[in-house]
Amino acid sequence: MSTATTSFANTAAARHLPPRGKVAMAGLIIAETAIFTIFVVAYLFYLGKSLTGPSPREVLEAPIFYTICLLSSSLTIHFAAKFLARGIRFAFLGLWLVTIVLGGLFLYGTGQEWHRLIYEHGLTISTNLFGTTYYSLVGLHAFHVTAGLVMLVTVAVLGVCGRVGVKQLVHIEVLSMYWHFVDAVWVVVFTVVYVLGR
Amino acid sequence: MSSDAITIPALEVQEKPWVDLLHEWVTTVDHKRLGILYIVYALVFLMLGGVEALIIRIQLVHSHNDFVSPEVFNRMFTMHGTTMIFFVAMPILFGFANYLVPLMIGARDMAFPRLNAFSFWLSALGGFLLYFSFLGGSGLYGAGSAPDVGWWSYAPLTAHAFSPGHSSDYWTLALLVSGFGSIGTAINILATILCLRCPGMKLNRMPLLVWLNLVMAGMVLIAITPLSAAQIMLLIDRYLGGHFFDAQAGGSAVLWMHFFWIFGHPEVYVLIIPCFAFMSEIIPVFSRKPIFGYPVMVAATVCIAFVSMSVWAHHMFTIGMNSYANSFFTLTTMAVGVPTGIKIFNWIGTMWGGRIQFKTPMLFSIGFLFQFLIAGLTGIMMAASPFDWQLSLSYFVVAHFHYVIVGGILFALFAAFYYWYPKMTGRMLSERLGKWHFWLFLIGFHLTFDVMHILGLLGMPRRIYTYEPGRGWDTLNFVITIGAFIQALAILVFAANLVISYFKGARAGNDPWDAWTLEWSVSSPPPAYNFATVPTVASRRPLWDLKHPEDPDSRYE
Amino acid sequence: MSMLKMKSSTLRFLAQTMLLLFWSAMAGWASEPKGSSPHGTNIFAPASTPAKSIADLSVFVLVITGIIFVVVFALLVYSVVKFRGRAMDAGREPVQVYGSTQIELAWTIIPILIVVVLFLATARVIHAIQDAPEPAGAVDVAVIGHQYWWEFRYPELGIATANELHIPVSDPSHPTPTFLQLLSADTDHSFWVPELAGKTDLIPNHPNRMWVDPQRTGVFLGQCAQYCGVQHAKMLIRVSVDGPEDFAAWVRTQQKPALEDPGVAAGRRVFESNACMNCHTVAGTPADGRFGPDLTHLMSRATIAAGAAQNTRQNLRLWVQNPSAIKPGSLMPAMKLSDADLDAVVSYMETLR
Repeated sequence: MSTATTSFANTAAARHLPPRGKVAMAGLIIAETAIFTIFVVAYLFYLGKSLTGPSPREVLEAPIFYTICLLSSSLTIHFAAKFLARGIRFAFLGLWLVTIVLGGLFLYGTGQEWHRLIYEHGLTISTNLFGTTYYSLVGLHAFHVTAGLVMLVTVAVLGVCGRVGVKQLVHIEVLSMYWHFVDAVWVVVFTVVYVLGR
Repeated sequence: MSSDAITIPALEVQEKPWVDLLHEWVTTVDHKRLGILYIVYALVFLMLGGVEALIIRIQLVHSHNDFVSPEVFNRMFTMHGTTMIFFVAMPILFGFANYLVPLMIGARDMAFPRLNAFSFWLSALGGFLLYFSFLGGSGLYGAGSAPDVGWWSYAPLTAHAFSPGHSSDYWTLALLVSGFGSIGTAINILATILCLRCPGMKLNRMPLLVWLNLVMAGMVLIAITPLSAAQIMLLIDRYLGGHFFDAQAGGSAVLWMHFFWIFGHPEVYVLIIPCFAFMSEIIPVFSRKPIFGYPVMVAATVCIAFVSMSVWAHHMFTIGMNSYANSFFTLTTMAVGVPTGIKIFNWIGTMWGGRIQFKTPMLFSIGFLFQFLIAGLTGIMMAASPFDWQLSLSYFVVAHFHYVIVGGILFALFAAFYYWYPKMTGRMLSERLGKWHFWLFLIGFHLTFDVMHILGLLGMPRRIYTYEPGRGWDTLNFVITIGAFIQALAILVFAANLVISYFKGARAGNDPWDAWTLEWSVSSPPPAYNFATVPTVASRRPLWDLKHPEDPDSRYE
Repeated sequence: MSMLKMKSSTLRFLAQTMLLLFWSAMAGWASEPKGSSPHGTNIFAPASTPAKSIADLSVFVLVITGIIFVVVFALLVYSVVKFRGRAMDAGREPVQVYGSTQIELAWTIIPILIVVVLFLATARVIHAIQDAPEPAGAVDVAVIGHQYWWEFRYPELGIATANELHIPVSDPSHPTPTFLQLLSADTDHSFWVPELAGKTDLIPNHPNRMWVDPQRTGVFLGQCAQYCGVQHAKMLIRVSVDGPEDFAAWVRTQQKPALEDPGVAAGRRVFESNACMNCHTVAGTPADGRFGPDLTHLMSRATIAAGAAQNTRQNLRLWVQNPSAIKPGSLMPAMKLSDADLDAVVSYMETLR
């Protein structure tokens, strides 16, 4: 063991250690995946087991448009980060705002669907097993979208004030990881609820 | 070769007013202070959980006793289990991890110091919430206050019909909150170990304690979260009219069991793996040899982590799964015993050919080996599911898991205390009091838990506030209670040791045990910044290399 | 030298303690009176095939784990004694050994083999017990768990009773096992009579099935093993294994409606005009409640309140007057009857043979 007086950051980067923000976000994603898995398992387990009430086939309509919105927002956030890496702030901010709009549209779509289910079909979280598992799973996902949007809006505000530059790239990429995760979860939820479930 | 500490000449320093000291500790983000906060917090709850255990044992000392009412008894065993797992074992192990991991990898602090503090205070809030229930909740049939549904909170006992009032909610919220704290700490440990190792410390040069805490942190991420998910579902059932576990609406009590044990089984590995870590550091030092088979120890631990995710339903052998499911879980449960057994052999292999020093940390380590061996073997017995159809839900399984948790985890923790207390405080714990602590505790432990196995074989179920006199259980219960009080006495000796030694203990230097990992290269206690200059390592035992430049480990790795 | 002495004296002390422990345990086990029934709750005194298969498997498992324990413990003791540091070694380190591939392989492969052997032995017993087909002569009983009592129904025989199960003894050459279907009316319970079989849980919405074929007559004891609430501890089970004639006689009695004794007409009126009939059934009368135990043949049972008290007039009276005195937290409400009504209704109940 010797006592080198090199600085911390240089040593870490030179040795190709991963950035801690990304490792932490990966850890969070793993944990959240486990939570979502349990809700998906509950959904699948209770498929067809409701004793009463509307069934998925009767009331669900696949939200194709809003799904496309959400999945495209993964593309836009990806390219936003890429532009930021090249220092093209204007493009970064533009694509970032588009991401927010697309995410907001998705949430609007979820709200619209829930409104229809509740008021036209009388399906609530307490109606039957389908209601409980559907609103829990889709709701948990929507909650994560909302949390993500809050963070995206925060970055947008900071970006508009000129505070987001290449130096903040790692943070942007970490947030982008989270957003991709939220989209990936939606792919699974969509498949389970609207494809398999009906 | 130079020391890593910068010597500062002694200065005249004014005593800080205690308010400022308190403020420092409450707002600290330093991993060492947070580690100590976790440990002290856990020790307080150890006392509370211990009192609950003594109340249980007094009530059961003879048949048809009425020391406490059934309602109080049911609250006692619920709180005892919940406290010990979530507010003693988890925090104390996170505390040691927090303190030791950055030091052992040559880092300044954890990757996210503020997240570290936030996680601690979340966990602390959880403990507070749980105990507030004594004042705020009300349980089965308005019977009381603290939760009384057992620490597994099986559905449908937790439905409003059977648990009116808020006692179950305190259980749920307390654990949900501290669960998030645990996830925060796990993420922190993961990021610290993967991103902040000092130069030269490749993954296969990390101390085993660091490796095992890495595995533990990974397991926390996928083990605690199923419980959080199930608890959210329970809250939805109780407050939003959901039907996840509502039998009347077609819901399934068995689903809760699956979710709980998918958490519950890996959780016990989360608890034992850091204790394996302590043993893997302490046994080599007191045997004066390196750990036998470092790569195999890592591989076995990773293997345990994976296999342990597939054994959970061995807690459910009696619920009526079909024979194929029972066979599967029998197989996986027996299989997880293989890598676990390998570790025991490796520790003995470390001692073999060594020059063993019987200081207090080593006494507790030897106790650990003996008891963990027995605990593992009773686990294999219960892995045979037909045998488990008799032993499950009886005092045999209570004896088994206390053998693991007290005989294994607590003994390893005591070893860790005696080993690292000098580093944390700069004082040695008294060897004399340590030996009294060890022998008293050993006798009390065996009196209680050896005999308890027999009770299970004689048909005594668990969680009963009293029992019939004609069943042949009276004398055994009496002996068990005596043992519990002897253990309590030993704990008092330990507490006295902790306090007295803080003021009067012999001064420990940097390296009182002649050990080999980086934390022993700095002062005791370490300076706030840990290392004055970033260390560089060339082997698994950097201090061995320094002390034995003619025969460094780096030549053999 | 002095370390050697110290080590052996502490070892001796340890050995003495262990011996003391062992003998007191044995004494405790042996000296307890077996109580009012001839059979206890010892899993190593099996009286029925499932319990026997389990006991046999357990002995096999115990022998194997016992051997493992002896071997590893011997290695541990040997290394502690042989490789203890001596004063003269101070400052000298032993040979630094890092591992050994052959040894690692050996102590990986041997445990794997042990696991395979144990698993195969276990799987046989699992299937033998769980997948046993139901023969023609079997008796069917539905067991419904309640907080805190057991409901037993014999659907083919038209019998409903509570807490004390009567089943026929089974002759191995012409087996007449009893097949139990396990259901729950409220929360989780577990049916455990150790000398007859392993336990199986009663879970709402999740019917389970188990069987016993007791080969000895007598009374077998057990109790609920899954925590079910405040009086989980007093949800006891009495299984009476009867010879063929006794069982047939019992069935005949249980199938009859309640005896009518005009001498207790006053008590019967109390029973029927208070809330009793809302919860209890007395066959042949208007009382047909299902929330509480069937009382048609109450006096054929040795205990009341699921074993919490002996079935005597005094206890019956106390139970009806104030259940909390016997089983606090039980769902039977205190009926708040006057003394006269209380005596009358208990006299009535005493005719329900």
